[in-house]
Amino acid sequence: MDDFLAARSQMALSLGFHIIYSCIGMVMPVFMAIAHYQYIKTGNVVYKNITQAWSKGVAIFFATGAVSGTMLSFELGLLWPKFMLHAGPIFGMPFSLEGVAFFIEAIALGFFLYGWNKFNKWFHWFTGVLVGVSGILSGILVVSANSWMNSPAGFNYVNGKYTNIDPMKAMFNGAWFSEALHMTIAAFAATGFAVAGIHALMIYHKQNISFHTRAFKIAIVFGAVAAILQPLSGDLSAKHAAKNQPAKLAAMEAYFETQEYAPLVIGGIPDTATKKVNYGIEIPGLLSFLVHDDFKTAVKGLDQIPVNEQPPVAITHYAFQIMVGLGMIMLAIGILYLICIWKKNNWLFKPWFLKLFIFATPLGFIALEAGWTVTEVGRQPWIIQDIMRTSEAVTPMPGIQYSFYLFTFIYFTLSVAVIVLLQRQIKMVPVVYDVK
Amino acid sequence: MLTVIILFLCLAILLYFLLGGADFGAGIIELFTSEANRQRTRSTSYQAIGPVWEANHMWLVIAVVILFVGFPNIYSVMCTYLHIPILAMLMGIIARGTAFTFRHYDAIKGYRTQTLYNSIFIYSSFLTPLFLGIIAGSALSRRIDTEATNFADAYIFCWLNGFSIAVGLFTVALCGFLAAIYLIGEADNDFDIKRFFKKAKMLNIVAFFCGGLVFLAAETSNIRMAKWIFGNPVSLIAVILASLSLVLLWVSINRGKRYIIRVFAAFQVSMILLSVGYTHYPYFITEKNGNHLSLLTDHASASTVNVLGWALVVGSLFILPALGYLFYSFRGHTDHD
Repeated sequence: MDDFLAARSQMALSLGFHIIYSCIGMVMPVFMAIAHYQYIKTGNVVYKNITQAWSKGVAIFFATGAVSGTMLSFELGLLWPKFMLHAGPIFGMPFSLEGVAFFIEAIALGFFLYGWNKFNKWFHWFTGVLVGVSGILSGILVVSANSWMNSPAGFNYVNGKYTNIDPMKAMFNGAWFSEALHMTIAAFAATGFAVAGIHALMIYHKQNISFHTRAFKIAIVFGAVAAILQPLSGDLSAKHAAKNQPAKLAAMEAYFETQEYAPLVIGGIPDTATKKVNYGIEIPGLLSFLVHDDFKTAVKGLDQIPVNEQPPVAITHYAFQIMVGLGMIMLAIGILYLICIWKKNNWLFKPWFLKLFIFATPLGFIALEAGWTVTEVGRQPWIIQDIMRTSEAVTPMPGIQYSFYLFTFIYFTLSVAVIVLLQRQIKMVPVVYDVK
Repeated sequence: MLTVIILFLCLAILLYFLLGGADFGAGIIELFTSEANRQRTRSTSYQAIGPVWEANHMWLVIAVVILFVGFPNIYSVMCTYLHIPILAMLMGIIARGTAFTFRHYDAIKGYRTQTLYNSIFIYSSFLTPLFLGIIAGSALSRRIDTEATNFADAYIFCWLNGFSIAVGLFTVALCGFLAAIYLIGEADNDFDIKRFFKKAKMLNIVAFFCGGLVFLAAETSNIRMAKWIFGNPVSLIAVILASLSLVLLWVSINRGKRYIIRVFAAFQVSMILLSVGYTHYPYFITEKNGNHLSLLTDHASASTVNVLGWALVVGSLFILPALGYLFYSFRGHTDHD
């Protein structure tokens, strides 16, 4: 493995793991605060139990999210020192604010986790809300830094020099809104479905029904609503990509040839040699309509992009298809759940209904990883779109593959540990929270 | 605004050393506690640092962000040439933070898993400040060689040398000492208070010897340590004040004062950092060829510095009172579920 590939793999691995930890760490506190509010309002101890049970998950994910995030802030420099040398001062603004938001989150979490029976109940509740709010804020800020890489702004690039730096303009770059919106909704959808799925499994096994149904209902409302909203934000993102990163959009769609009435290709196996997609379903004009609101307008294809500036088509295309496909399944399940509430149908205890949610447990996170792959792989070969190539940014230090192996080992171990810990927490629910 | 971000950088480094250092030190003390008393130490340190450790850790993140936004050249040189010790420090941070959380949040407290978490926690608590010290020592002591042509000179010997390691050991000893002082005030029974007093004394002596080791290593590798510390009035006064506070600290320890000693200990460590920091200021890295990377010249453009400065000022208006209230609320005995 050469150093460049090793550095890219290590970055992908680190972000791939961090994204899961941090999404859960930012969404779970919101669920927790809602359960907590229900407890304060109704005095029903089941809600207190749910709050405390979830808070343990939050503590575990916050700790892993915080340390993996710290690793990332160093890895940016360890792996891409030349990128950080130029980019740091330009896109650093959201990172500084994220540092502040994350700090507040850490303080609030200290109050919340250790503050039971110590503070005024509303103050204690508020600290939990603050964990959620600052978590979401830091998520949005970090994504804004990433969106700058896709849509660089706030500086002039003349003769290899970065001048006229305006950190605020860089932060509010063209892609920040659509990307942050898409990512935040994705975090809610993925975490909502994952949490709901685990509680559905417990209801299915007829354990602590009252505890798990209440928990399930809080989580799935967020999951369902987010899954239903997500295609709209996805449309915004795609339109932005079409305008600013045509190569990425073309790779997502495996769209080789510029044409009018551009078709939307669903599925299929892209063949870069023949520049064709085999076995895909083509819907004529739909791609034109989606990006230009008009069936006729041509969409820029890969044929108009120099070969050395094209992202890997197959990976981007498959990842995009996986994301959209899973998103659609989650959308359908979300709608089904809303119908269930609306009809006041008591499907919730029907095995088929529960099985559906158990099946959906990991879907959001797979979609999340796939979507992130689209964003990052679709930007290649650029680390800063059209300005700096990823290969120019890599550290001169050799032997990065060993660091990659080490990180793989660490993240793998950490994930196993987190899964085991959660499993043990769930297993202990009857022991800790059953009313005796 | 440049002055503001430099002040915040110094504040972040100092607070990370004092607060984060005390966290690491809790693990170091556990490492040097007899098997019979380890559980007692563990539960006191959990009570003391459980609610605050996540926040303490954030000072490092703030320092790093200030570096890469405000002083990209310094950050980039450190990350390139000190890649390996930074990596080692990160391993320590990740292992330590997760082991600390896992050992508390494992719903089934099995003997074997707890033993595993404990050993990860205590060894990484030792290794992390060791490498932090190594990084600091390497940055200041003309070790980084940006003109090196082979791997070992460029990436290994800049940090793997007597002086850097001595600074690392000194850092470990200081962290252990800070933790012992902090835990004295957090322990809830006489037996533990006495134990931590003893540890504090011992670690203070160890720190003193490690400090001597740093001088010795400096002497053998042609680093003019004495000139650093006695060569200018500010550093000299800082060292004198540190020595005075050492005397007051010992008097207070012997009189069994539990809280005032924190002030003396924190003051002492701050003065040590000041004496070394002042003599190098504004240089952050001195390279082997004599080049300096300076906080006053190697900073980002004025627009970036301005915005970063405001972010820090406004952010600290939220952070500092909240953090103060957090420490105030959980001082002394902590109830946790």
